[in-house]
Amino acid sequence: MSKNMKTFEEVNYIVKSAPGFNKKLIEEISLSKREPDWMKELRLKSLEFFLKRPNPNFGVDISKLDINEIIPYLKPNAKKSASWDEVPEEIKDTFEKLGIPEAEKKVLAGVGAQYDSEVVYQNIKRQLSKLGVIFLDMETAVREYPEIVKKYFMHAVPPNDHKFAALHGAVWSGGSFVYVPENVEVPMPLQAYFMMASPGMGQFEHTLIIVDRGAKLHFIEGCSAPKYSVSNLHSGMVEIYVEEGATMRYSTIQNWSKNTYNLNTKRAIVGKDATMVWVSGSIGSAKTMLYPASILKGKGARAEHMNITYAGSGQHLDTGSKVIHLAPYTSSKVDARSISSDGGWAFYRGLLKVSKLAHHVKSSIECSALMMDNRSASDTVPIIEVMNNEADIGHEARIGRIKEEQIYYLMSRGLSEDDAKALIVRGFMAPIVKQLPLEYAIEFNRLVSMNFKSNLG
Amino acid sequence: MALLKISNLHAKVNDKEVIKGLNIEINYGEVHTVMGPNGAGKTTLANLIMGNPKYEITAGEILFDGKNIIGMPVNERAQLGIFQSFQYPEEIPGVTVRNFLKLAYDTIHPNEKMSIFDFGDMLIKMSDQLKIDRSFLDRYINVGFSGGERKKSEILQLNILKPKLAVLDETDSGLDIDALKVVAEGINNVIGPDIGILLITHYQRILDYVKPHFVHVFIDGKIVKTGGPEVAKELEIEGYESFVV
Ligand SMILES: Nc1ncnc2c1ncn2[C@@H]1O[C@H](COP(=O)(O)OP(=O)(O)OP(=O)(O)O)[C@@H](O)[C@H]1O
Ligand SMILES: [Mg+2]
Repeated sequence: MSKNMKTFEEVNYIVKSAPGFNKKLIEEISLSKREPDWMKELRLKSLEFFLKRPNPNFGVDISKLDINEIIPYLKPNAKKSASWDEVPEEIKDTFEKLGIPEAEKKVLAGVGAQYDSEVVYQNIKRQLSKLGVIFLDMETAVREYPEIVKKYFMHAVPPNDHKFAALHGAVWSGGSFVYVPENVEVPMPLQAYFMMASPGMGQFEHTLIIVDRGAKLHFIEGCSAPKYSVSNLHSGMVEIYVEEGATMRYSTIQNWSKNTYNLNTKRAIVGKDATMVWVSGSIGSAKTMLYPASILKGKGARAEHMNITYAGSGQHLDTGSKVIHLAPYTSSKVDARSISSDGGWAFYRGLLKVSKLAHHVKSSIECSALMMDNRSASDTVPIIEVMNNEADIGHEARIGRIKEEQIYYLMSRGLSEDDAKALIVRGFMAPIVKQLPLEYAIEFNRLVSMNFKSNLG
Repeated sequence: MALLKISNLHAKVNDKEVIKGLNIEINYGEVHTVMGPNGAGKTTLANLIMGNPKYEITAGEILFDGKNIIGMPVNERAQLGIFQSFQYPEEIPGVTVRNFLKLAYDTIHPNEKMSIFDFGDMLIKMSDQLKIDRSFLDRYINVGFSGGERKKSEILQLNILKPKLAVLDETDSGLDIDALKVVAEGINNVIGPDIGILLITHYQRILDYVKPHFVHVFIDGKIVKTGGPEVAKELEIEGYESFVV
């Protein structure tokens, strides 16, 4: 905990001396997107909150984050992409090892034209429209479906929720909008990737998903290849509404380049007998704060959070989950695992709340941390507040260093030390990684192996 | 040339001298049994042959196929053909026996390039032959295995990986009579002209099934007596005390 104390002073670092960050800039953004007035107002209100609110008093050190650095990328017509030469070698190297096709590399690196996913997407689009599913980029949705968007946009996470929610509200851009009508089961996972509008975007993307009564959706965000952007702040937001009896699964792989501050907000509001499943794998960024939240609002609502975090050299990843039980007979299950290696720092931060009215709640929380060496650090801070006596809460936390005996055992069967470590880590992650879509699981494993210079495919 | 030749070996663990001038020579085709009291240093010897970095060699020589292997990393020794079956095999959660053995097999026999399917067939055949339940293959390594199941899994690995030198550390301990037969059969199955075996045991009963060529009495860090199977019988009757010099 002590290492984390340095962020407890509430200094408003990020906006000190940011003369360009004002109402005029926000109006410009709104105008360029041809937005309705209500959205412009929401942006301006958010700006006010942002300027007023202190930084979070926990989590990663953001004292070096400077808003000036992102302003140039917010301006309409700004040069949003780097040139291929500017892309760090490390990232190019990873692309090689993952065998990413040339065209795709450039999009991921934030340079060059959009990867041509149009063809694939056209097909999917036809299927979806037959089912009545709306899947659009967020900006188009604001213009074409104002009544739905207005009803839900930043209601799960209001602009004054915290400082970066406010920042997001002021400058959001891009992202996906999905609406699944009642009782429709979307037959294939939808990928945010299809909605990548232009290179360099996706820093402040907003994802809004509404799964109507009895409907079912799997949404996949991100990709396992590293994403590079010249601007070093990513502050996205995901809002999900899972209506009565609906099922929603949200899978993420986060692999921002190692210069990025990744300060994300994800929240789902889960209705009666509905199910929300979060599966997240975080391996990139310099610093991350991410705690997907499920608000179990309807009787019998369920949430499952599965999270794997890998913090390597120079990284501080502060991840976790929040589950708020507001209704009776709601249940939740959290399985969070982290690996810290080469001086990395993985911090698990969890919140479980059971409100007074929520009787017969069931919840089990498990968090485990694996440290690969003594330069790396792990913490777990699970906060549990239970206001109702009729709750069945289970909690388990384990922090441990990788066992020499395990490495020796595997090496005695011919595996190199690097492969042995990679395999042990893979085994540790397996219950979560298996929950990711197959190709993502394979790539996630490969990324982790690469960190150990291991050749395990 | 001897498969394994250890001369005047001295070794420490945590600054305590455990091996105190040990000599042993094992040739291809031979089965050697090492018997000795608790704490004598038998497991330490197995670890030294395999190259466990926790143990420090202070004097002596370990030649494998004529080549000095002191200082050689553990995995390279495994690739040369050394195999250690563990007294207390480790658990590796999340990694199936099947996947692990395929990786191990590929590093130890890099030229065979066996497909996953052929390898799977080989695993199944071997499990059936050794009367080891096939479901073991898809369980995580040693996780939730009973003591006896762990030993059977070690024997399965021995049979799959086909080493040149197998150091079996109390692979017969803690087994019921059926499991003992499985383990003994698994050992007999690999015995042949291309392998040497060092069988560490406390019990005469395994020798009813596995016939050693040599029995060594191991006390306080060295071998104090070497003979044929009759030595094991002697031990059974007289205990170790008569061997303490
Ligand atoms: N890693 C270790 N750390 C500390 N002491 C050790 C270690 N390994 C072995 N020893 C010590 O070395 C001595 C020999 O141990 P070893 O395990 O080799 O005995 P053993 O002959 O295999 O005994 P057993 O029959 O009980 O298995 C013992 O006194 C033991 O406590
Ligand atoms: Mg022993």
